[in-house]
Amino acid sequence: MSTTLTPEPRVAKAARMAPPSRMGDAIFKGVTLLMAASVAVLIVVVGWQMWKGSQLAIHKFGFGFLASSTWDPVREEFGALPFIFGTLVSSLIALIIAVPLSIATAVYLTELAPPRLRQPIVSVVEMLAAVPSVIFGLWGIFVMIPWLRGHLFPCLQKFLGFLPLFRGPIYGVSMLAAGIIIAIMILPIITSVSREILRSVPDLQREAAYGLGATRWEVTRIAVLSYAKRGLCGAVILGLGRALGETMAVTMVIGNRPEIAASLLAPGYTLASVIANEFTEATTDMYLSALFEVGLVLFGVTILTNILAQLLIATMGGPRSSRAVQ
Amino acid sequence: MTMQTSHAYHQWRKLKSLIMSAVSFLCAVLVIAPLGLVLFYLIQAGAGAVDWKFFTQLPKPVGEVGGGMANAIVGTLVLLGLASLIGVPIGVLGGVYLSEYGSEKINWWIRFGADILNGVPSIVWGIVAYALVVIPMRSFSAYAGGVALGFMMIPLIMRTTEEVLLLVPNGHREAALALGISRWKVIVRIVMKTAFKGITTGVLLAAARIAGETAPLLFTAFGNRFWTHNLKNPIAALPLQIFTYAISPYDDWHRQAWAGALVLILMVLAINVGVRVLTRGRFSGVGR
Repeated sequence: MSTTLTPEPRVAKAARMAPPSRMGDAIFKGVTLLMAASVAVLIVVVGWQMWKGSQLAIHKFGFGFLASSTWDPVREEFGALPFIFGTLVSSLIALIIAVPLSIATAVYLTELAPPRLRQPIVSVVEMLAAVPSVIFGLWGIFVMIPWLRGHLFPCLQKFLGFLPLFRGPIYGVSMLAAGIIIAIMILPIITSVSREILRSVPDLQREAAYGLGATRWEVTRIAVLSYAKRGLCGAVILGLGRALGETMAVTMVIGNRPEIAASLLAPGYTLASVIANEFTEATTDMYLSALFEVGLVLFGVTILTNILAQLLIATMGGPRSSRAVQ
Repeated sequence: MTMQTSHAYHQWRKLKSLIMSAVSFLCAVLVIAPLGLVLFYLIQAGAGAVDWKFFTQLPKPVGEVGGGMANAIVGTLVLLGLASLIGVPIGVLGGVYLSEYGSEKINWWIRFGADILNGVPSIVWGIVAYALVVIPMRSFSAYAGGVALGFMMIPLIMRTTEEVLLLVPNGHREAALALGISRWKVIVRIVMKTAFKGITTGVLLAAARIAGETAPLLFTAFGNRFWTHNLKNPIAALPLQIFTYAISPYDDWHRQAWAGALVLILMVLAINVGVRVLTRGRFSGVGR
């Protein structure tokens, strides 16, 4: 280890210093502990504030809030079912599109790509993750929606129109549009987490498979993917958590209509976008409280998905690099 | 005969391997394609609308062509500053605890908590800041926006700080402790100083990440078409302005939304790329 880092004069200076006081140490440790513990405090604060804010709605509607599909601010009748439906369906579409693409990309990056290409692709994926949601929304409104309306949706209707999923009038703004935009936004996180997971697969696994004469793809499938199964599930669920909470881009392309429609081409509404759209317009206490409860539902669902994802990923990670000084 | 079929089978396996390589390469292309598409349209639609006025003028009322987003750009910087006041001290010191003090078990829980917080939807932070700041103050304000963004920064900075502090070689700590310097001074003057570049990197990346957040500002900072002179009042922010203009029915506002989006993404990507170039070779600030 490098011990020649402190130059001579400073040693002398340090030696002349008074013996260290225990007070400073105790205070510093206490302060840092407090700051680290703020993480737990914050989780409690968020949960408590959402719970407190939604008391009015919880008392009035009970569990009916989750099962009713009426959303009528004028008569103060509130039910979140269309939003729950919209959130689940749009996230599901996003997963169906994003999961194969991002896991295949992670496989390409760890197993198949020539080393020269790996870092550039990883950097581009990281840049994609840095693009703000509102910019995807803007792009969605003015570029993606017209294209969907003019090309993809008529095409879908022509060939798959016999399915109820693709019937009805074409508006452009729709559940499917939201699903596509969410898919783009969760691609980077699923890709980069899957990549970490695949990288943590021990090389011994691969070498053993190669030793048996497996081809590159067989090594990937048998030795790598099946070994990393649980971790990859974690990556997907982490992506699901992000998809459920995605707000701005979705609000801009989903059409914001609180209906439960069978068609993916019909507009929908999500938990996050109803809050984004109506929070500042909530004039009565009950209306505001209902929106708080929508937030509470969203918070609860995302917390649960994230806990599940982190636990699955943690089973892959093994012991983290241990601390510095004991 | 059997030799021949086995040879054919071997060829087929090799072909399959090749096909799968090609397919996964295609998937990688599809994953990075959206970035190219978004950047292309941003530059095409936004470049023409970004001019000197965009950076110096206030938004014009509806119907008047022109104007800029000067107040929104300054507003975003102000909000980032306020957020850093909360996020940086808590995040950095929390990271110090994780790397220098905490036991294995406590650390696991704190990291777990930070990762969970990272997954809380940004709109939820908006509601929390609304409940904590807007309701007591009875007004949308820059403070409320800063609190929402600041909370979001905490877990981000805490994790990056911990990681870069762990990269500081133990020899540094041991050498300093052996000189009889108290532990906290070793941490502040030696460990944190060594990792200063890495910590700054983490802070900048967190700032870039929250600079584009819109959802938490909708009902906290709220937006403002004029300059904000008092932080107790609503303040404009670039992402908010882009959102408002994008969903408006006016062509000139759409043009401005593209311009705003181009400026925002250049800010965000500049920080991201800049940080990467500065710290090439993984936090080169950490000596070894």
